[in-house]
Amino acid sequence: MQSNHTEKMSSLGLSAWYGEKQALVNVSISMKANSVTAIIGPSGCGKSTYIRCLNRMHELVPKATVTGQVLLDKEDIYGPGVDPVMIRRRVGMVFQKPNPFPTMSIYDNVAAGLKLTGMRRGKSLDDIVKSSLEQAGLWDEVKYDLKKPGTSVSGGQQQRLCIARAIALQPEVILMDEPCSALDPVATAKIEGLMASLKEKYTVVVVTHNMQQASRVADFTAFLYLGKLIEYDETTKIFENPKEDLTERYITGKFG
Amino acid sequence: MNSYRVRKFKDRTFSILGLVCVIVAVLPLGSILLEVVVRGAPIISWNFLTQTPGAEGQTVGGIGPSIQGSLILIGLTSLIGIPIGIMSGVFLAEYGDNKYASLMRLFNDVLTEFPSIVAGVTVFLAFVLYFGHFSPLAGSLALSFILIPIVARTTEESIKLVPNSLREASAALGVRRWRTTVSIVIAAAKAGLITGSLLAVARIAGETAPLIMTVLGNSYFFQGFGQPIDALPLRIWRDALQPYPDIQAAGWGAAFVLILVVLTINIGVRLATGGRRGSRR
Repeated sequence: MQSNHTEKMSSLGLSAWYGEKQALVNVSISMKANSVTAIIGPSGCGKSTYIRCLNRMHELVPKATVTGQVLLDKEDIYGPGVDPVMIRRRVGMVFQKPNPFPTMSIYDNVAAGLKLTGMRRGKSLDDIVKSSLEQAGLWDEVKYDLKKPGTSVSGGQQQRLCIARAIALQPEVILMDEPCSALDPVATAKIEGLMASLKEKYTVVVVTHNMQQASRVADFTAFLYLGKLIEYDETTKIFENPKEDLTERYITGKFG
Repeated sequence: MNSYRVRKFKDRTFSILGLVCVIVAVLPLGSILLEVVVRGAPIISWNFLTQTPGAEGQTVGGIGPSIQGSLILIGLTSLIGIPIGIMSGVFLAEYGDNKYASLMRLFNDVLTEFPSIVAGVTVFLAFVLYFGHFSPLAGSLALSFILIPIVARTTEESIKLVPNSLREASAALGVRRWRTTVSIVIAAAKAGLITGSLLAVARIAGETAPLIMTVLGNSYFFQGFGQPIDALPLRIWRDALQPYPDIQAAGWGAAFVLILVVLTINIGVRLATGGRRGSRR
């Protein structure tokens, strides 16, 4: 399918712990530029832990540790002297529950990343806010309400606002941790459509427990089970012709 | 049907019991308030509020210096104590996952329950004796000892109410920790911080004991930061000890004014937070 993509990000032998409890065992996945990679698996399989390792959010949990490598443009983000804060500016994240800043307006929510990190790239803030909201497919719905609180819009709109907030920093990779699990089907469809357009500019990694969603949006799919990578391939292969018995049993709904 | 009646009866009984307890709790408060209003309100006049006290045995005069002194003390104490209190509360809530912070939290709790006269004696020994005079600064310092732990406590509690998802959202944008604390967490907890600070100010407005050995009291208006100053609670205390009925009446008047000041601050809290105490946003 799209095997001509170059690699944007990859994990090599990535293991992660919460204190004594190991959540990821030796996971190696290669994520291609300008594609959507889905991470699927049953609850507790480590999929959220996995993508939280990709922007070094995992280590914010007390006693959480990581071993192995995560390469972003061939450079190890866990290497010595790498500032996790700078990594998070290059690798944006959207969370399971929409979490716009309640004290800020829609406009300020989108501008928050740039304002709070002191980054302003040439263009005026107004332009960046507008283009971010456009890319998130939200501009037409909120263009007259930019001064309203970020929490005043619907759940689906809040989630797209959070996507716009992440886009405003012009990251290279966007991580989405079950971005639709708190949303209704209509809002979900919008976010899924968005992923397809976002991959033209960004590399998208999405965690989902919804297999249909993975098959709809992802170019590549990784199946995790009990912290281990069971299978990783092009989405069509995973869903139509999986190599592993476990993968087949999961996607046919025999367990999970 | 019978069990329904039994349940209904139990329900009624507990409702009534609860109501009785509320009345028992409010009764003494109400009677104090009523007493102060009945005895204190009649004496209030423009002269009473603005004049200095008269000589003993002659005219009663006013409580002007006490009001002025109380306002100066409240202002100075807020200036010293609120920033320190808020910063310690923020530290305890955001960076308080270690031994030092646990120790600090313990001391803070002890300080909250401290007899307030001890704050006065401490400042007397360390500050008043050293500089050789009573002063508004000494008084504010003593009051700060009472204010800081309260503000720190309420700040810590309101900061902890800020959902962690906001800290994560900010961190994921590549925002530095301190910046997240200042611009996201404190902003979200603002109403709680204002409430806590104002309630602490209301509390110290009525403190008498720490002032006795630090500001001493004065019959004249403010005379400088190196001179004794008066305060409403001090005035009430002194007037109540006097044998003259008209001076005792002036004490009631001062008490009435003090209650009004505290009430005003409490109403301020309600307005500042839109009627929700310690609310999340």
